Amino acid sequence: MLRTSFKALALAIGLFAAAPAHSAGEAIPIPDRKFSFDGIFGTYDRASAQRGFQVYKEVCAACHGMRLVAYRNLRELGLTEAQVAAIAAQVEVKDGPNDEGQMFERPGRPADRFRSPFANDAAARAANNGALPPDLSVMTKARAGGADYLFALLTGYVDPPAGVTLMDGMHYNQYYPGHQIAMGAPLNPDQVDYADGTKATVEQMAHDVSTFLQWAAEPELEQRRALGVKIIIFLTILAGLTYAVKRKVWADVEH
Amino acid sequence: MSIGLHKSEFSNPLVRWIDQRLPVFTMMQKEYGTFPTPRNFNYFWNFGALAMVTLMIMIATGIFLSMHYVANTNLAFDSVERIMRDVNSGWLIRYVHMNGASMFFIVVYIHIFRGMYYGSYKAPRELLWMLGVTIFLLMMATAFMGYVLPWGQMSFWGATVITNLFSAFPVVGNFIVELLWGGFSVDNATLNRFFSLHYLLPFVILGVVFLHVAALHITGSNNPLGIEPKGAQDTLPFHPYYTAKDSVGLVVYFIVFAGLVFFAPNYLGHADNYIPANPLVTPPHIVPEWYFLPYYAILRAVPDKLGGVLLMFGSILIWFVLPWLDRSPVRSMRFRPLARPFFLLWAVNFLVLLWVGAKPAEGTYVLIAQISTAYYFAYFLVVLPLLAKFERPLPLPESISRPVLGGGPLSMGAAAKPMEKA
Amino acid sequence: MADTAHAAPDGAPRRDFLKLVTGAFAAVGVGAIAWPFIASLQPAKDTLALASTDVDLAPITEGQAITVMWRGKPVFVRNRTAKEIEEARAVPVNSMPDPATDQSRVQKDEWLVLIGICTHLGCVPTGQKPTDTRGDYGGWFCPCHGSHYDSAGRIRKGPAPRNLDVPQYAFTSDTKIRIG
Repeated sequence: MLRTSFKALALAIGLFAAAPAHSAGEAIPIPDRKFSFDGIFGTYDRASAQRGFQVYKEVCAACHGMRLVAYRNLRELGLTEAQVAAIAAQVEVKDGPNDEGQMFERPGRPADRFRSPFANDAAARAANNGALPPDLSVMTKARAGGADYLFALLTGYVDPPAGVTLMDGMHYNQYYPGHQIAMGAPLNPDQVDYADGTKATVEQMAHDVSTFLQWAAEPELEQRRALGVKIIIFLTILAGLTYAVKRKVWADVEH
Repeated sequence: MSIGLHKSEFSNPLVRWIDQRLPVFTMMQKEYGTFPTPRNFNYFWNFGALAMVTLMIMIATGIFLSMHYVANTNLAFDSVERIMRDVNSGWLIRYVHMNGASMFFIVVYIHIFRGMYYGSYKAPRELLWMLGVTIFLLMMATAFMGYVLPWGQMSFWGATVITNLFSAFPVVGNFIVELLWGGFSVDNATLNRFFSLHYLLPFVILGVVFLHVAALHITGSNNPLGIEPKGAQDTLPFHPYYTAKDSVGLVVYFIVFAGLVFFAPNYLGHADNYIPANPLVTPPHIVPEWYFLPYYAILRAVPDKLGGVLLMFGSILIWFVLPWLDRSPVRSMRFRPLARPFFLLWAVNFLVLLWVGAKPAEGTYVLIAQISTAYYFAYFLVVLPLLAKFERPLPLPESISRPVLGGGPLSMGAAAKPMEKA
Repeated sequence: MADTAHAAPDGAPRRDFLKLVTGAFAAVGVGAIAWPFIASLQPAKDTLALASTDVDLAPITEGQAITVMWRGKPVFVRNRTAKEIEEARAVPVNSMPDPATDQSRVQKDEWLVLIGICTHLGCVPTGQKPTDTRGDYGGWFCPCHGSHYDSAGRIRKGPAPRNLDVPQYAFTSDTKIRIG
């Protein structure tokens, strides 16, 4: 039927329109890592995300800031109010000016955003051989492949293949675009001491920190999906009802 | 009844009181109640209503977003992320707005496709069609400026590339570009004026939409057969028949929309736009939002800067003169055996342009883009004018109700129904 | 809208169940859409999180007052003199528009902490600086509509309906308070 072929075409416009925006991504295939938040009903593995925060705090935070995330947000990962306050109090936050017009340092509060390790981009570059460690607040949204890519990157340090000479201060990573990355392999076995006794392999730490960063980038994800399921069920019922009404209205018209 | 008051047929005293003084209820009843509408619409005729609803959704979400957004290059990116994290329901409103833009273009593209397939642009609906093209141009401007506001890498570099298009014009080019920027590069002044215009233009669109609908209600709707209704037996009152049918389409549309917003909100976007704008680093691969890709492909298909720009603008401006390029008296492609495959090929060709627009401008992609661009224009400038002369259309049905009712005599029920309100 | 739906060709009323259910469903949907928009107008999470301010009382000498910002509003902190305290406690409470004892409005006798916003229509009363007029009762005076507050921040004369509000605060040490 002509009509059906149009419907198919209309659908195709929608689908094809969607596809190409992504086909222009990276040439290096990123392996699919199984995460707790995969799929439509996936949620964040709180224990893993908490461990990931520990990895961030003890390893990544030396160079990478997360200026959009606040300490109070950690409550969503299952930390208690006292734990969050203690974590925040460990850092010194610049505040002011006070009554004398001076800026001063004070212990962090839960309302503060994560303190960045460098005062500004120029200071960050100066301390890192000219390379700028990017802020990690929305990192999984800012890279094609998201958490899969981060995990691949963190575990993707290998010896350069024969014939490849690395530039000064660069490291070889099989998943980094161009393969030469300024960040050295950040994770080493048993680098952190997990409180829950999980063995801190490189793979485990990479998995945990990827989970944590995914949460940091999309803290609304669980709420969004739960609401989406409800709304789509509601709309599906409404679609059935509306269609029945339409049939009834049109029942006495031949068409 | 006093002189000067409108003759109202409503019985509710309050409605009547208002209607006598300002006949909005009579107007609604005439234009959306009893309005005689061809009885043979298919679901393609839903898309005008869907576009209207989408415009409303965009304006509503946009107004609420603007209460939290900060149009300053230092704060814009963070203020958007604050909406996502700290503003109550902010993530929902922002994702609806962001994906609403894509849904708007999908709906309007299908609406345009339907208009082209069924010849809705032909006399007497030329002006209706041209108002539609105007709406589309305004939509493009609005969407482009909206995409700049989050101040990510794609925002910044998209704005830089698109505003630089105007530098292609000789003599006045650089003047125009500086006028757009309010400086010597895309910067804070640019962001501020884009925000201002992004807020203004939707209301201009709303105004042109009103004219579009007003013109539609003068000529009446086209229909899948492309022949005018010959009497009451060919039409149905808009309500309840098409209100019911539009409602079905609307709910199905919302399901698709919700699927995108709740389960793949960033699918149609580009990851680079979650990197804050950096005027010193161009992303390796700049692409516009998907709905601009066909025109982007046309722009890049031409090796000459000015030529590419002119061709790109021309690809949409040519729609304005479509009613005069296609002089065939037959509207619907159903009855045009030659034009139909040529048009469907044009539609596929449009998708090819969309696809190739996302590819790097190198190798065979350039060739594909060039061939597609050539066909895009050839369809309008060569195929349609020639077919108008040489094509032999199929015989048209006598009236809308004849083929619907299988050519037999009108049944009582079908004839009685539309008469009831007339 | 039109009456078409209510009368079938045979004239029978057609208020059928199906349309009622569908209409109700759609109405619920439309109503639910309003909620996220209203919610977005409420204070955001970061605004709520910033709800406490620390004040160092040590530099405020007797008889002096300072103004600090808390939740975007001025908070008056006054180190009251013995005379002011005595005055505030000597007045019979029952004669006031909003009766409250002085004791119920302070945690330590000399430290009075108030939200510095007139309860009439939201102006900031004068009386913080030594040169300010303090009204007829030695506290604060609102220049907008002439409300007089005493040295416990209680309304004594004028259109304001309530005493100046006391914010939630706690002494974190002898010379420090945390408001909020």
